[in-house]
Amino acid sequence: MDSLLARISRGQLWPSPGGVHPPVNKSQSNSLPIHILPLPPRLVLPVKQHIGAQGHLLVNVHEQVLKGQALTKPHANWSVPVHAPTSGRIIDITPMPSAHPSALPELSIIIEPDGEDRWCELVPHPNYRELTAERLVDILHFAGISGMGGAGFPTYIKASTKQQIDVLIINGAECEPYISADDVLMQAHSEEIVRGIEVLRHLLQPKLTLIAIEDDKPKAIAAMEQASANIDDMQVRAIPTKYPSGGEKQLIQILTSKEVPAGGIPADIGVLVQNVGTMYAVQQAVELGKPLIERVVTVTGDTLAEQRNVWALLGTEVKHLLAQQGFTPEPMQRVIMGGPMMGFTLPTVRIPVVKTTNCILAPSAAEMPMPGEERACIRCSACADACPASLLPQQLQWFAKTKEYKKLEEHQLFDCIECGACAYVCPSEIPLVQYYRVAKAEIREQQIEQIKSDRAKERFEARKERLEREQEERRNRHKRPRRSTEQDSQSKEKVAEALARVKRKQADKGDDKTRLPPPLPVRKRKRRANNLSRITVT
Amino acid sequence: MKLNMMSSPYKHSHKSLTGVMLMVALAAVPGILAQCYFFGTGVLIQLVLALVCVTLFEAAVLYMRGRKMWHTLQDGSAWLTGLLLAVSIPPLTPWWVIVIGCFFAIVFVKQLYGGLGGNLFNPAMAGYVLLLVSFPVQMTSWLPPAELMHHQVGLLDELSMIFSNYSQSGYSLEQLRSNVDGITMATPLDTLRTDVSHGLTVAESMVKPVFGETAGIGWLWVNTAYLLGGLLLLQQRVINWHIPVAMLAALSLCASIGYIFDSGNQPGLAFHLLSGATMLGAFFIATDPVSASTTNRGRLIYGAAIGVIVYLIRTFGGYPDAVAFAVLLMNMAVPLIDHYTQPRTYGHGAKS
Repeated sequence: MDSLLARISRGQLWPSPGGVHPPVNKSQSNSLPIHILPLPPRLVLPVKQHIGAQGHLLVNVHEQVLKGQALTKPHANWSVPVHAPTSGRIIDITPMPSAHPSALPELSIIIEPDGEDRWCELVPHPNYRELTAERLVDILHFAGISGMGGAGFPTYIKASTKQQIDVLIINGAECEPYISADDVLMQAHSEEIVRGIEVLRHLLQPKLTLIAIEDDKPKAIAAMEQASANIDDMQVRAIPTKYPSGGEKQLIQILTSKEVPAGGIPADIGVLVQNVGTMYAVQQAVELGKPLIERVVTVTGDTLAEQRNVWALLGTEVKHLLAQQGFTPEPMQRVIMGGPMMGFTLPTVRIPVVKTTNCILAPSAAEMPMPGEERACIRCSACADACPASLLPQQLQWFAKTKEYKKLEEHQLFDCIECGACAYVCPSEIPLVQYYRVAKAEIREQQIEQIKSDRAKERFEARKERLEREQEERRNRHKRPRRSTEQDSQSKEKVAEALARVKRKQADKGDDKTRLPPPLPVRKRKRRANNLSRITVT
Repeated sequence: MKLNMMSSPYKHSHKSLTGVMLMVALAAVPGILAQCYFFGTGVLIQLVLALVCVTLFEAAVLYMRGRKMWHTLQDGSAWLTGLLLAVSIPPLTPWWVIVIGCFFAIVFVKQLYGGLGGNLFNPAMAGYVLLLVSFPVQMTSWLPPAELMHHQVGLLDELSMIFSNYSQSGYSLEQLRSNVDGITMATPLDTLRTDVSHGLTVAESMVKPVFGETAGIGWLWVNTAYLLGGLLLLQQRVINWHIPVAMLAALSLCASIGYIFDSGNQPGLAFHLLSGATMLGAFFIATDPVSASTTNRGRLIYGAAIGVIVYLIRTFGGYPDAVAFAVLLMNMAVPLIDHYTQPRTYGHGAKS
């Protein structure tokens, strides 16, 4: 390991398989400074914006909130709070379409800004090194920080890992075309990012910290190199521009030659990856006490008069972002959240910016032509050559089309990171990733169904067994002689006992004449017995 | 505002199926020109015939299968099949031979297996083999190179030969193929195997004019031209290096070993590489993506096995050349090869 660490720190890079070189299209947006948007008319804050559970609501409708005020409180594991991005009034708390490919409604807090943008009281910790690790992790947790690069994994969980971290990787690769949010953030705020990295280094104590940036961002590389120049064991690494080098797994492979084991996490191999935007948020939270309420978003595409990066408050609707950049929609307009390779199209522009939103792309039809009609797969395996995970995309496609789920799993469908490189190169324009997404969903559904049906089967069999047992018992009871002698004697004893009990009672209550009728005269008793016997005879 | 929803990625490389097929056809041009130069323009007539036939057959089957006719025809795969079949057969073969070949290749080998992408066998080669075993005389009646021919034939002669079996001056194909002494000239591969089987050594056989310097007049240049086209395909990333390199390497290795141990009866490396259909096979036929192995390791095995089989059939088998047989035999092994050569997926085994 140490020799490998030495090679890593000497600057060696390793190849990662596959990858494609789509036109980067970043120059449209990365030359202008980050623009600060005017306050939007309303903010829609989904309560849950990341992997994990949602928090408890702390506010009610009509309540007045201050900028930075916590709106939810984390309660279960992996939940992080959301904060008011500006001061204003809560006008509703209701499910709203979410910033998710499905756009399924999520509980959201809707704020009407009051225009004053008044902060709540902030608690900065410039001397965070004096705090305990738990306290520091709590600060990250309560500042609502989750990964701002992609999946939105809560940062406090990563920051409190118990595993030994040898290499901390700060991901500024930003390999997806069009997106330049991290690029401009590194150019403008390299000092803050490095200070944020220091917070994490303080917590994790890695042996080496690498800031990875693709070599098509010379300005960002220069800025980060300058900011980190005097820090030991922190190096800026320019990596070759290739999509998807910024994928967590691929980046680890390029920088350390190691692979994250299937089903594992980077910490299993002593590596932890954080996005540069997250590091900026960490610095803001710890040193200034500011929770995560805004982020840099690239607003780009040829339908916009001006393409640039903006500071967007979380909850700002895409509509506001586009309108501010002079949006002229075309017929069949697509608005993509994220980049052209992995982003998702929005059903409406009234979707809010969330913690993971790095780009809003509104391309013209000329810029991103509609895909042609799917043709037959000729097994050319251009897709396999492009796959960064060394899968066989064309084999997967055949199995997905014929719904051979077992084969799909054998061919490691679930190791597909859905980067889209295969579909990008396919000469037959087969929407490969779409097939995999559907197949994955179907397999997951099937697994859930399987569990359900297994349970139902278990229940059914248990019931069947019980019914059979009962029937068996009934049958046995039927077959049994009416009374076994043993039972007979037992019941005789019981009868005798009962009689004795009755006699005792009678004896006890003998003096209480008022309640018991007097015993019948002997003759009368006899007559009644005779009557009874007569009746029985006839 | 109504927005258009679709699934990512939204960007495409603009590499198209038609483009791929066109590139392969383009890369075959030097080889076809060389064939024209040395063996006459008959190949062009065969090419036109083949293109017309495959278009008609493909369109008819697509119509019967209820597929989009024009859209599917546009992928160009049928035309490529026609092209490969046309350059594989002797240039003055009667017209009905190529018609039957195209019919079998397109209707049976390709469309009945489900059309493009579904076929197990290489359509052009299956068509070729059908013709070779059914019409051995026509299919082996290659003309000698123009400079050795006693009677020169022009385009009209060729047309007349193909459609009526006689040239305008009334010569039959047999007469055209004969030298001054009235002995029919065969291809270098054919000549060599006949001579060796008659007890001649390679050195004795190779003095015949048909061999020229090394691998046969004309054949050397035809192979070189296909090699050039193949390099263009590699450079354009239309094909991967694995199959041609493995095939040529295996063939070279076998040929060298054979030459070292049995130089009297076996020609050397250069002859194997530059005669017959070696280069056409290595770069244009074995690399047909549909019927070849799809994994890189699998392609090495597939290519190498074709090289070995070509050598074995040429040296010990009953046919002078063997590219078509070798390719078809290995087509059958592709599912097995693919199954056992799945690449190691990221994060599975090896480094941790």
